[in-house]
Amino acid sequence: MRMRPPSHSESRRGPSRAIALLAGLLLCAAPRAAPADALKAGVFDPPREAPDFSLQGSDGKALTLSRYRGKVVLLGFGYTSCRSVCPVTLAILAMARRKLGPLADRAQVIYLTVDPERDDTGRLKRFLASFDASFIGGTGTVGQMAAVRKSYGVTAEKIGTGSDYAVAHSSFIYLITREGKLRALMPYGHTADDFAHDVSVLLN
Amino acid sequence: MHPPLQRRALMAIVIVGAAGLAAVVWAALMPVVFASREEPFEIPKGTWARRMAGNKVEILPSHVYLTLGIRNVLLLENHDDVPQIFGPTLMMPGQSFRLPFDVASSYQFACTAHASGQMTVVVDERPDTPWRRLEWRIRRLYRSIA
Repeated sequence: MRMRPPSHSESRRGPSRAIALLAGLLLCAAPRAAPADALKAGVFDPPREAPDFSLQGSDGKALTLSRYRGKVVLLGFGYTSCRSVCPVTLAILAMARRKLGPLADRAQVIYLTVDPERDDTGRLKRFLASFDASFIGGTGTVGQMAAVRKSYGVTAEKIGTGSDYAVAHSSFIYLITREGKLRALMPYGHTADDFAHDVSVLLN
Repeated sequence: MHPPLQRRALMAIVIVGAAGLAAVVWAALMPVVFASREEPFEIPKGTWARRMAGNKVEILPSHVYLTLGIRNVLLLENHDDVPQIFGPTLMMPGQSFRLPFDVASSYQFACTAHASGQMTVVVDERPDTPWRRLEWRIRRLYRSIA
């Protein structure tokens, strides 16, 4: 196909076209939230600032959400003695991370304990490393962890007595954008493909 | 030859039977269509104040029924002035939460807004055959009555 040279009238429209093009480029460059129906997860609209926290990280450093600004954060709540929901969720997140391929380094899984009495940083580190070495756990005092749960609307209730108790807790994974906005919530039961899809959408 | 009264009764039975049959045929053949895929629920302004005043305010039913492909998105909106736990999540004033479902199943969510502490979202298969459409409409009628 041959290109047609611009006619006189077209060349006179040059400046207005250039302005329109510039406006288009500016619109494209502005940060935009992924459309709600583009995600498999439940989407908050408008997204709010994800509540930050200051806890002990399983990597031995202070754990804050703002430390991971620039990455998509997958934030979950659970505990190392969990025998059902947490291992399944973490296995799915590990699989999702593998599916992300080169994008995996731009996503970070953070798992905060709902059982701070038993979960110290060492225990969290060993537990999470069995799924993926990049996963970071967080713990703190009972009061600190309760405050973080409250800020996200997460419930946790101790079931049973003695040292072998369980904790019934919310099993969602929160999807936090690179700008630190709480954009979406993935209920339990979604596949690794769904997570990989949504992280890709939020990254792109 | 039937007496006139018996004939009228017979005619009424035939008409009622024909109408019933027509309704069944309609329910089986007419595609299920909704204007939107979203099933919306909202917290109206002033809900928190009414709750604080001791009024019982039920906004979200304990069971929500959705259907794959045609009505498969739960839409929650908080129009009140304070953050609220609504369905599965904490929502800020003016915020909405749109949760799509892609697999037919029964989903349990912890929900402090309900006395049971639980909310169930039942997602039915898409009714794409005459039998399934009939079944779907009967089930929907039953749920609206029960």
